[in-house]
Amino acid sequence: MSTDKMKYQLKIPSITDNLELIRMIVSTVSEKVGFTPDDVNKIELAVDEACANVIKHAYSKDRQQPIDLVIEIDFKKITIIVTDHGKGFDFTKIPKADVKEYLAEMRVGGLGIYLMKALMDEVEFNSQAGTKTQVKLIKYFLKNGKLELTKDK
Amino acid sequence: MESFEVTKTDHDNVVALYIKGYLDAHTAPMLENELQSLIEQGKYRIVVNFKDLVYISSAGLGVFMGFIENIRNNKGDIKLTNMNPKIFRVFDLLGFPMLYDIMEDEQQAVAKFNN
Repeated sequence: MSTDKMKYQLKIPSITDNLELIRMIVSTVSEKVGFTPDDVNKIELAVDEACANVIKHAYSKDRQQPIDLVIEIDFKKITIIVTDHGKGFDFTKIPKADVKEYLAEMRVGGLGIYLMKALMDEVEFNSQAGTKTQVKLIKYFLKNGKLELTKDK
Repeated sequence: MESFEVTKTDHDNVVALYIKGYLDAHTAPMLENELQSLIEQGKYRIVVNFKDLVYISSAGLGVFMGFIENIRNNKGDIKLTNMNPKIFRVFDLLGFPMLYDIMEDEQQAVAKFNN
């Protein structure tokens, strides 16, 4: 596969039944461009978490709403952008990186954002109230100065 | 089509749940219903065997968090066993080993309840 920039775009109905399909697409593309099985698992889970949050929180399980999924690949990285047009989210209330405190209080939910940050190299959130909320998940091919991208397939 | 299944076995005073397949936001309610049903029957000593689980997201982990307080308040526990490394890593990332008994195998967990 060439390392030219490529972009895949999908609009998927926001039902939990589709998480399986989303995971399948994301893992297939990640694998094809040369990520290790370990990284493919991480990317797949991070995207599942982003989309599950959209279904559950942004759209409150309204099945008629779409999730916009964009996958971009360039020679350095994979970027997955999950966009919804739901009720928005206050990202200043994202749980702190110290999950111990969070777990100790046995709080249910909210673990997804913590996981996304732990699994990906970069995670960006952008919410414009009433218009759109975007989560950008990035993983680089290059780790510790060593290029892990496999040869063209 | 990926799927999720829960089956169970009674070991005298401990119930073992076997979870199989993909545990995500779509399938987590199935496990939730199973645990709810055990609680309603007053069965608070639970071992969950992960041997055949191939995928878990935070929705799956959230199920255990949702019930653990009630179960421990009733002198029970949920012990987790037979996780493959991929599944364990998700639990580990979220700090679960600090709060839950995660054990090598089911018999060990059942025995710990009976000690």
